[in-house]
Amino acid sequence: MSLSDGQLATLPHRALAQGAARSRRVFTRTVLLARLRRVGWTVASLSLFIGGWEASWALGVLDPLIMPPPHIFLAEIANQGQFFSSTVGESSSGSNFSAVQAMLSSAGRVLAGLFIGFVTSLVVGLAISLSGITRNLALPTITLLAPISPIAWLPVAVLFFGIGNAPAIFTVFLGVFFIMTLATISAVEQVGATYVNVARTLGATRSQEVRHVIIPAVMPQVFVVLRINLFAAWMVVLIAEAIGVGTGLGQLIIAARNTFNADLAFLAMTLIGITGYLLDVVLRQMQRRLFPWQPGMQASAA
Amino acid sequence: MSGEAKEIRCAGVAKTWAAETPRAHKALRDVDLEVGAQEFVVLIGPSGCGKSTLLTVIAGLEAPTAGAVYCGEETVTGPGPDRSFVFQEAALFPWATVADNVAFGLRLRGQNKAQRRGRAQELLERVGLQEAAAKRPAELSGGMRQRAALARAMAVEPDVLLMDEPFAALDVQTRARMQQYLLDTWRATAATTLFVTHHIDEAIALADRIVVMTARPGRIKATVPVELERPRDPRDPAHHELQDHLVDLLRDEVDKAFVQQEGAAR
Ligand SMILES: Nc1ncnc2c1ncn2[C@@H]1O[C@H](COP(=O)(O)OP(=O)(O)O)[C@@H](O)[C@H]1O
Ligand SMILES: [Mg+2]
Repeated sequence: MSLSDGQLATLPHRALAQGAARSRRVFTRTVLLARLRRVGWTVASLSLFIGGWEASWALGVLDPLIMPPPHIFLAEIANQGQFFSSTVGESSSGSNFSAVQAMLSSAGRVLAGLFIGFVTSLVVGLAISLSGITRNLALPTITLLAPISPIAWLPVAVLFFGIGNAPAIFTVFLGVFFIMTLATISAVEQVGATYVNVARTLGATRSQEVRHVIIPAVMPQVFVVLRINLFAAWMVVLIAEAIGVGTGLGQLIIAARNTFNADLAFLAMTLIGITGYLLDVVLRQMQRRLFPWQPGMQASAA
Repeated sequence: MSGEAKEIRCAGVAKTWAAETPRAHKALRDVDLEVGAQEFVVLIGPSGCGKSTLLTVIAGLEAPTAGAVYCGEETVTGPGPDRSFVFQEAALFPWATVADNVAFGLRLRGQNKAQRRGRAQELLERVGLQEAAAKRPAELSGGMRQRAALARAMAVEPDVLLMDEPFAALDVQTRARMQQYLLDTWRATAATTLFVTHHIDEAIALADRIVVMTARPGRIKATVPVELERPRDPRDPAHHELQDHLVDLLRDEVDKAFVQQEGAAR
């Protein structure tokens, strides 16, 4: 053998690095093309949908009082103030109310509920997984309460917290708490025994095992469950707002119903769709930042 | 106390999995084994004979059903960083960078970031991974992962290093290089090492002494010293003699293990 160990080590290394750089360039270009194509199809799909709608209106097929086309109901955004001058709730909402504010307060409630739900179910799920007594005491009740729809809790929440942010946040929290607690328990069961054994042979105490191995191992999975439940939580907050809060996008729907205003109804639907989409984007970005090691995360982060 | 190479002694160790249940399963019986301070012992035996079981008992991850394990003067009662373990799957924590993985044991001891970074860099250099410090395990090849796992196990300056078929999943070339890294590390630290493999060639390449186990329930069948100069040349006639001898020792046991497993499968 004429090559020394050192040379042997660097040779394949350099080749690997060059190969990687080349494949990364090719990779970026493919990804870019794929992305462009996706955007193109989205634009085409939306244009077809909106164009068809507008055309039906122009041809007189659709009655603008029942099915107003986008250009009419979007113009309604200028008149929103009047619908909120007399509603209960935040006194400042009156004519200062804006679409952006409604979107922000609804989105804020969902995110607050999801965040509190995430932390609480992680803590409760871990407590149940790691202690037999907690498991025996808590699990039957949790399993029993889980199938109660969060909407059914709404009257209780309003009685308890009054009108405002709290009952909406609480209802969202309940909507994800049970399912995420159960998800945490199952994620803990799936943590590889070898990871735990590695920590133990390196001298980890039980609490270090939990903090440095089990929690980081289960967080990504629990977050996935949170993302899956975003749209359920989004529905829950709209209903809570419609019934018991008095502000936000949910209230906009009720105002539209009460005034038989189709323009406002479609405007509210549009805002709900956009906000829901943006929430999903926010959570997806968070997932990417917080858990970059998850399979499928590196490629898009690169 | 760490880093001063202690001997390991197993006295009459037996291990029955799921003892006192209908599924009781005898993996080890009457294992008497000594690994001297700073010695490199390789354990070979047919698959399923209880090699991993013995290692987890020595590590303190499982209690023996009978007998005792001593590390130096002390009886082993649980796992501890005086006996680090390299598992067959590297089991690097996917959420941590390579450097953080290597420094994991130091973090458990409360060392601060600067201390850990310096030490991790040192260890990574020894296994040729200094460039990979900031990467995540998923970005490494199998061989690189296994080297990082070795560095992680050595970071806590163990008296004893236990390795369970750490190179089994690697290709032949990578495996040869890994053996070299391991011997370098062993020479630099002089940790008492107990290494499990089912490759005879790997055993001869590494060991001061090779211990052969019987089919399950595993016992020590024979001990074969390897008195060849390192680095060892596989073309050396003495190497072949040793190989033949070990093949003979193993053959009956492998046959027995095969019959056992066929029986269990039926
Ligand atoms: N955690 C366990 N629980 C029950 N049985 C086990 C466990 N680990 C190993 N065994 C059994 O013990 C025997 C020895 O296994 P092992 O020590 O892994 O063998 P080897 O490492 O030599 O291939 C096998 O029959 C195996 O099925
Ligand atoms: Mg094994």
